[in-house]
Amino acid sequence: MDLTRREVAAPRAPLGGGGGRGGGRSDGRSVWVRLGLMAVPAAFFAVFFGYPVAAIVGRGLREGGHWQFARVGQVLGDPDVLHVLWFSLWQAAASTGLTLALALPGCYVFARLDFPGKRLLRAVATVPFVLPTVVVGSAFLALAGRGGLLDEWFGVRLDTSVWAILLAHVFLNYAVVLRTVGGLWAQLDPRQEEAARVLGAGRLSAWRRVTLPALAPSLGAAALIVFLFTFTSFGVIQVLGGPRYATLEVEIYRQTATLLDLPAAAVLTLTQFAAVAALLAVHAWSVRKRESALSLVPADSTAHRPSGAAQWAALYGVLVPTLLLLLAPLGVLVERALNGPDGYGFAFFRALSAQSDSATFVVAPAAAIGNSLAYAAVATLIALLVGGLAAAALTRRAGRLVRGFDALLMLPLGTSAVTVGFGFLIALDEPPLDLRSSWILVPLAQALVGVPFVVRTMLPVLRAVDVRLREAAAVLGASPLRAWREVDFPLVRRALLIAAGFAFAVSLGEFGATVFIARPDRPTLPMAVARLLGRAGEMNYGQAMALSTILMLVCAATLLALERVRTDSAGEF
Amino acid sequence: MNTHARRAAAATTSVLALALVATACGGSDDSGKDTKTVTLVTHDSFAASKKVLKEFTRQTGYKVKVLRGGDAGATVNQAVLSKDHPQGDVLFGVDNTLLSRPLDAGVFASYKAKGLGRVPRAYQLDADKHRVTPVDTGDICVNYDRKWFADKKLAPPRSLADLVKPAYKNLLVTEDAANSSPGLGFLLATVDSYGGKGWQDYWKKLRANGVEVVDSWEQAYNDRFTASRGGKGKGDKPLVVSYASSPPVEVQGVKPQPEQAPTGVAKGTCFRQTEFAGLLTGARNPEGGKALLDFLLSEEFQRDMPLTMFVNPVREGTKLPELFTKYGERIEDPATMAPGRIAKNREQWVKTWTSLAVK
Repeated sequence: MDLTRREVAAPRAPLGGGGGRGGGRSDGRSVWVRLGLMAVPAAFFAVFFGYPVAAIVGRGLREGGHWQFARVGQVLGDPDVLHVLWFSLWQAAASTGLTLALALPGCYVFARLDFPGKRLLRAVATVPFVLPTVVVGSAFLALAGRGGLLDEWFGVRLDTSVWAILLAHVFLNYAVVLRTVGGLWAQLDPRQEEAARVLGAGRLSAWRRVTLPALAPSLGAAALIVFLFTFTSFGVIQVLGGPRYATLEVEIYRQTATLLDLPAAAVLTLTQFAAVAALLAVHAWSVRKRESALSLVPADSTAHRPSGAAQWAALYGVLVPTLLLLLAPLGVLVERALNGPDGYGFAFFRALSAQSDSATFVVAPAAAIGNSLAYAAVATLIALLVGGLAAAALTRRAGRLVRGFDALLMLPLGTSAVTVGFGFLIALDEPPLDLRSSWILVPLAQALVGVPFVVRTMLPVLRAVDVRLREAAAVLGASPLRAWREVDFPLVRRALLIAAGFAFAVSLGEFGATVFIARPDRPTLPMAVARLLGRAGEMNYGQAMALSTILMLVCAATLLALERVRTDSAGEF
Repeated sequence: MNTHARRAAAATTSVLALALVATACGGSDDSGKDTKTVTLVTHDSFAASKKVLKEFTRQTGYKVKVLRGGDAGATVNQAVLSKDHPQGDVLFGVDNTLLSRPLDAGVFASYKAKGLGRVPRAYQLDADKHRVTPVDTGDICVNYDRKWFADKKLAPPRSLADLVKPAYKNLLVTEDAANSSPGLGFLLATVDSYGGKGWQDYWKKLRANGVEVVDSWEQAYNDRFTASRGGKGKGDKPLVVSYASSPPVEVQGVKPQPEQAPTGVAKGTCFRQTEFAGLLTGARNPEGGKALLDFLLSEEFQRDMPLTMFVNPVREGTKLPELFTKYGERIEDPATMAPGRIAKNREQWVKTWTSLAVK
């Protein structure tokens, strides 16, 4: 019966753009409301993304006071650059495909089956996302590199091939798919698929015709995010690819931070933009017709304990490889943190706390945890505010303007972090916006990467809310705000928490431009890890591993706490 | 009913706007007209004991605020880009491989620091104008795993010429000269030693002798060097391009202290880096900046550096800590190069090197 809803909901009049056929007073008003909602995210992106990026690219293109058009042809005609572009694209596509293929079964298991330790495992799956890539790369080398476990057991070495890069990308981005797709899947009413099966569809065909279309928007969102993340991959490529593999991101970093060849960096940045814009256009086109009102139900009611051999087999068949992929690298790090100079123990952890304030270089773990959590909390709040308003404004798909705005919000994910960081440096340098030495710059830069996650996790759910519920509320006299609070909010609360988890993890893992902006000396956990790794000696390396372990624990504990909030509120659906 | 929504949107907008204004003000309060704070812009590897920084505050009344901008190259480029609105008062951490660009761009203002008289002329690369002050030196050298060579009963290499000998085939790992500062230093050592054309032949031989290039120092040292992590690493290369101060770092904090560092230095493979600091043009607190530059050459700071940053002091007569005298090596005659020559040729050298050593 729910299937028929789509028919009813489909012929809605378009709202944005030209006002639409049904453009009565109420439509005109909602356009204003939407523009009002868009004002905050638009201003945020204009000031903290558009302006800085335009400033640095403009400076590059007009270096020396005249346009550097000759450089465009020169850079783009360089076979090395074309090679880098091609590699960036194909490895991102391969990484995205591989991540989806490996994570989708995981989504099913987490959405539909109940098993002990599920919440813990879901939190653990997100841990790789926040780990510094240097640490991840090192762990991968220990597993799949020369002399690694695979080498010792099977004689398999991946560090010389592109497979190490692809697998590391899967490891880092597994949680993106698990959380965006799995989050929506858990709220889909399983009875729809059951109905299809009663009507004679096979298991697979029922899934393909009922569940898959419903998941399409979130699948598209996850694929888009993973692609953008891997397209702009930096640390993983450097550690595992060595000097032989480079992405556009690596090349832009080299041109900007090492050579200060701004014209070349500007051309490469614009190339990256063009690729990302093309991708966003394809994404928008493919998803546009797929989103529809869905019947969402409390997530807890859709999962059940596995029954029958097939489901148990599915559970184990999915969980065991997942655990191997996710836990083995994490296990390597923990092992190294505990394998002290005098055998296993907590020597490195003790050394960490003993160092506390002898020098400004090494940071007391408590201080680093405090800094990380404080930055992450502020970044999460900014991302939720900006992203939440944007998602609310975008709920009704209509008009080119709105679609363009939607795409614009994704751009920071596909933009080189060094471009944004250096853009901040030259754009935000005068009052009232001289934020360069202010701590707020760090969470702002992190929120830029967090907002797309918030939008992409909330939007599919917001759009799935049946419009007639809102209309009913309106008919009963509720204001749009109240209708949103009482209709939309309870349904999207879960998505909101998933989004918050992402924004938090993004910040904890220090994504984005923060690495490239000068900032006050309040070292976070990843920074402290990087500092220790940059020094010779067993004690320093061991302490870096110990601190990475602490970072994992902080991440897992925070995400578990969020999961708890999520279940506590389930009764209100 | 739409007034509700509109009001809500307006309210949120103004809240965010207010927050922005507040943070903007907060930001400028922090570093604005405050003449009691001196801002030091530096790279990620800067370190100083809290005690020493407190001593500076006690002597001068200024508090040091540290801003870090990534690695040394990124920090210097940021200073070049923001020269009209500098981020702070003093920049520390530009070395001779990077010096030309900020000098040409006019990033630094002249100031002759007190105590410069005790710094050897050889380190004063801007002695006419005093736009930058030398603060420390460090040597990039091939390190070797003592135990590995002892077990193999093989004498460790001493010079660049040794490295191309068949006895040391497939033993050396170095870093990408395009991205890594020790990698670049090692390349410059070979250019300085073998000259404008000869270095390319040297690298052809080194390649034939199985040199391996990885991306960063962290990978070369932590993942590939056999002596890393107390020998628990799974490394396969007993020779690595690192620093002359790496052996003391290996020993620091190890109990009980060993007789000898686990690693040694091939003394004839070194390239000397000199690190400079300078007063930024247009600094908000130039007086504080000058005081800080004086302090960087003071005995307190110079004596503190070896154990916090693992570099050598430039001030003559500065007593080195036991960790350095006992486990470190003094490099007598390292290769080095004028900043102008490096700036002029760097890109071409790195390009040629990439085609010789990597591709």
